[in-house]
Amino acid sequence: MNGLTRPVSGHLRRRKLMDRTMTAVAYLCAALAIIPLTWIVVYVLIQGLGAWNVRFFTQLPTTFEAGGVRSGIFGTLEVVGLSILIGVPMGVMAGIFLAEYGSNVLGAIIRFTADTMSGVPSIVVGLFVYGLIVLNTGGAYSAVAGAFALAILMIPVITRTTEEIIRLVPASIREASLALGVPRWKTILRVVVPTALSGIVTGIFLAVARVAGETAPLIMTIFGTTAPISKNIFDGPTTTLSLLIYQLGGASFPEVVKVAWGGALLLILVIFGLSILARVLFGGGGTKF
Amino acid sequence: MDSEKTSNSRTGERHEGSSGPVVSRKHPQGEPVMEVEDLNMYYGSFKALSDVSIEIARNRVTALIGPSGCGKSTFIRSLNRMHEIVPGARVEGMVTLDGEDIYARDVDPVRVRRRVGMVFQKPNPFPTMSIYDNVIAGLKLGRRRKKSELDGIVEHTLKQAALWDEVRNKLKDSGTSLSGGQQQRLCIARTLAMEPEVILMDEPASALDPVSTQKIEDTMDQLKENYTVVIVTHNMQQAARISDYTGFFFIEEMGAPGRLWEFDETEKMFSNPDRKETEDYVTGRFG
Ligand SMILES: Nc1ncnc2c1ncn2[C@@H]1O[C@H](COP(=O)(O)OP(=O)(O)OP(=O)(O)O)[C@@H](O)[C@H]1O
Ligand SMILES: [Mg+2]
Repeated sequence: MNGLTRPVSGHLRRRKLMDRTMTAVAYLCAALAIIPLTWIVVYVLIQGLGAWNVRFFTQLPTTFEAGGVRSGIFGTLEVVGLSILIGVPMGVMAGIFLAEYGSNVLGAIIRFTADTMSGVPSIVVGLFVYGLIVLNTGGAYSAVAGAFALAILMIPVITRTTEEIIRLVPASIREASLALGVPRWKTILRVVVPTALSGIVTGIFLAVARVAGETAPLIMTIFGTTAPISKNIFDGPTTTLSLLIYQLGGASFPEVVKVAWGGALLLILVIFGLSILARVLFGGGGTKF
Repeated sequence: MDSEKTSNSRTGERHEGSSGPVVSRKHPQGEPVMEVEDLNMYYGSFKALSDVSIEIARNRVTALIGPSGCGKSTFIRSLNRMHEIVPGARVEGMVTLDGEDIYARDVDPVRVRRRVGMVFQKPNPFPTMSIYDNVIAGLKLGRRRKKSELDGIVEHTLKQAALWDEVRNKLKDSGTSLSGGQQQRLCIARTLAMEPEVILMDEPASALDPVSTQKIEDTMDQLKENYTVVIVTHNMQQAARISDYTGFFFIEEMGAPGRLWEFDETEKMFSNPDRKETEDYVTGRFG
């Protein structure tokens, strides 16, 4: 008598039925979760593609007739670019610090701060930068103020991903370098960080993708304008795709709302593009050790 | 059975296990390159090594053997201060290199490691670097050198490590594209490029197949002419084949610190050691 080949009993049949039911439920839930995302993408695609034409990419926006989003494209590049300049070095260095020298009280404080910061609503960050920079420069909205707000949102994300990736670098590689008589700091810069680089860059891409669509903190820092964007990054309102979607999407003329849909499509594509690029270029965040 | 008898007949002239700290110790001939005096090592409050005194003979191979967990790796790391990477690890006692105390207050561990290199159990080439860059990694991180000079060093050290013929046509390939045995020889070449006086090897062949092991042993035979080698091994034949001196580390009971139980010329250690535990170990009766 062999327990494994026992004839199918009622008990076993019930168990098999339960198993099939649970599998079906799991598939159903997964499908339900995908529906909203697909719906949004398809809807934006349908609404937005119709707005794409030469005028859309080359004209300035207006709120009373069909215009373009040229200023939003440049403004997004400008503000996000500046925020990368501010946020990436700080985030990466903080992450390196936490991974390499962070096993003390100071490290614990920074880690806790970063985790808390990533939970702060972005509007609060906008208010903070408004008080800190805009009010202190005589009420001047500027690209730099917006970049600061985005950098603050970006830094904790980059810090924690950098720390985690650097911790994944095997101790054996560090040891190899130290045993060659390479000082600790050079080991970190020339061996550890390059080994973790693809993972760090993936983290940066994802952080940038996350802030590229931010709107609330930018209202309070770059203001958003349909006029040409300021040539001075330290002074004068500018705009971004996200702000134009907000402004044009609420307009009362259907042809203006259509431009907002076009902008939404462009923004989604940029963000998806960054996320996909990060995964394709660096193999799903994997780091080649 | 037979060896048991021989062992018993000689017990009279031996120190027994219970005699603890009384350790057979022989001074190698000539001026030693490194001297260790009454070394104790701790991991936090755990004492891992007790009262180790040994001399490392210049241009000779010294093998360290002993059962698992008796502190061989711990000891070998004390010779170039690599244990300092482990938080809480510390050393008491004296270790000198050419008469200089390597633990003196003003000595930089980085300088010690330049002169006392280390090869690890698991091959650990730098994954982001080519074969060529791996060999010169330590040099590149130091002062600037001319390309032609580096080319010469790469060829010379890869030849010393018996790897040149296998990689001469693919020096730009990644170091991790090599087989395990080739990677380990690359790691040896990388260490040789720094021209250390002493090379420490912690079970360098234990993760490798017999052919690669043979190549690494051949390499070591050549290295002897210019370098001092200290090698930890679990392979008795390897220790007997390649070393001039052998140190046997032993731990009396669980939780007790490891000790250098016996140290002598390899020939003597494997044919007629002074202590019973040594004989039991080298003949494979325990461990
Ligand atoms: N990083 C560490 N932290 C705490 N204890 C350690 C550490 N490394 C080793 N030890 C302890 O020190 C003792 C000696 O270990 P060591 O690795 O030196 O032994 P070994 O002789 O090299 O053994 P093996 O032959 O298995 O490599 C062991 O009891 C071990 O548990
Ligand atoms: Mg060991």
